[in-house]
Amino acid sequence: MSTVKLTVNGKSVSADVEDRTLLVQLLRDHLNLTGTHVGCDTSQCGACVVHIDGRAVKSCTVLVGQANGANVTTIEGIAKGDELHPMQAAFRDNHGLQCGYCTPGMIMSAIDIVHRHGGKLDEATVRHELEGNICRCTGYHNIVKSVLDAAGRMKVAQAAE
Amino acid sequence: MYETTYHRPSSVDEAAALFAKGTESKYLAGGHTLIPVMKQRLASPSDVIDLGKIKDLVGVEVSADAVTIKAATTHYDVAGSGPVQKAIPALAHLASLIGDPAVRYRGTIGGSIANNDPAADYPAAVLALGATVKTNKRSIAADDFFKGLFSTALADGEIITTVSFPIPAKAGYSKFPHPASRFALTGVFVVRTKSGEVRVGATGASQNGVMRVPAIEAALKANWSASALDGIKIPTSGLMSDIQGSSDYRANLIKVMAQRAVTAAG
Repeated sequence: MSTVKLTVNGKSVSADVEDRTLLVQLLRDHLNLTGTHVGCDTSQCGACVVHIDGRAVKSCTVLVGQANGANVTTIEGIAKGDELHPMQAAFRDNHGLQCGYCTPGMIMSAIDIVHRHGGKLDEATVRHELEGNICRCTGYHNIVKSVLDAAGRMKVAQAAE
Repeated sequence: MYETTYHRPSSVDEAAALFAKGTESKYLAGGHTLIPVMKQRLASPSDVIDLGKIKDLVGVEVSADAVTIKAATTHYDVAGSGPVQKAIPALAHLASLIGDPAVRYRGTIGGSIANNDPAADYPAAVLALGATVKTNKRSIAADDFFKGLFSTALADGEIITTVSFPIPAKAGYSKFPHPASRFALTGVFVVRTKSGEVRVGATGASQNGVMRVPAIEAALKANWSASALDGIKIPTSGLMSDIQGSSDYRANLIKVMAQRAVTAAG
């Protein structure tokens, strides 16, 4: 057992957990942040993607000890109150989700993609960059459309800030 | 996953001391191989020693002759490094093809070559470029480092600190990825050194892990062009044969990937 301390969605969190605990288990089972999903549990599907210190990673393949002291953002932490994050809004407007299971991971990966590529995003890049996120409804067409739409909105939002 | 004890040392010496104390210790860098293996209960280390937070193990240095990558540097940081892209573009390109973006944020060069998965990308570059693997104990030439499937020259508890790649005259990498895992079904790294030597490393193909391909090396030494390999036949003995591809298929892939790599190298 170890005590881990990290920041999750802007709040300081401390938990006494076994060292074998995965970050996704800490989020879901200890902090009740069940928006982050476990799909394949083998670091392939991307349903568990969260941001650690701003980088989109698979939380099913991170031990809590590795995240000790880190700044973690989950799908629950990106909206501003009732105002959806531009990526969430774009997914809603473009019907970017069907069953919704992959959506939290898709959105967390997509935000990272836009941060890295900024205005230089095109469809081929989005499809390539989403390689690590699997949608078993195969709803990729509207997911890609959502990400491209959001890339424009995030640029506008950044310019306004 | 069985219970374990996690350690986060801040120096290589501290890590080696912790390793020696545990009954069955394992090093962890990005964790993207070890953690899945622990989940499957194929590994049950008493102690997991995290090398990923050791500052001395992260970073890239480029001199006139060599690109030196510290062992815990992530694939993302290698792929995006301007100095690496300039000195050995094929190496940065290789790093950009590993796994997917989330995996590249965590996976490290040291972890990749210490594990020596027979379908991993980095071993092909290490072998073809004739890199030197430096550890906390010694320096190991690439030709002496890889010892077959998941085995290396590393002694128990030895820690890779840097991998140093001589800057070549030309280099290229091409891989045919497994469509789900992005591991190499076959990947080939071709190099012409500044002294005119040709070295070719193939991953994903052999039952014994990464290997050099003498037939392709000889043909490219005589004529550095993709068409020089048109008539080459790669022997199928010792090549992997599985649901993804027969040994004949992989033998052909070695040739085709080598041709594409030469074209990419220019």
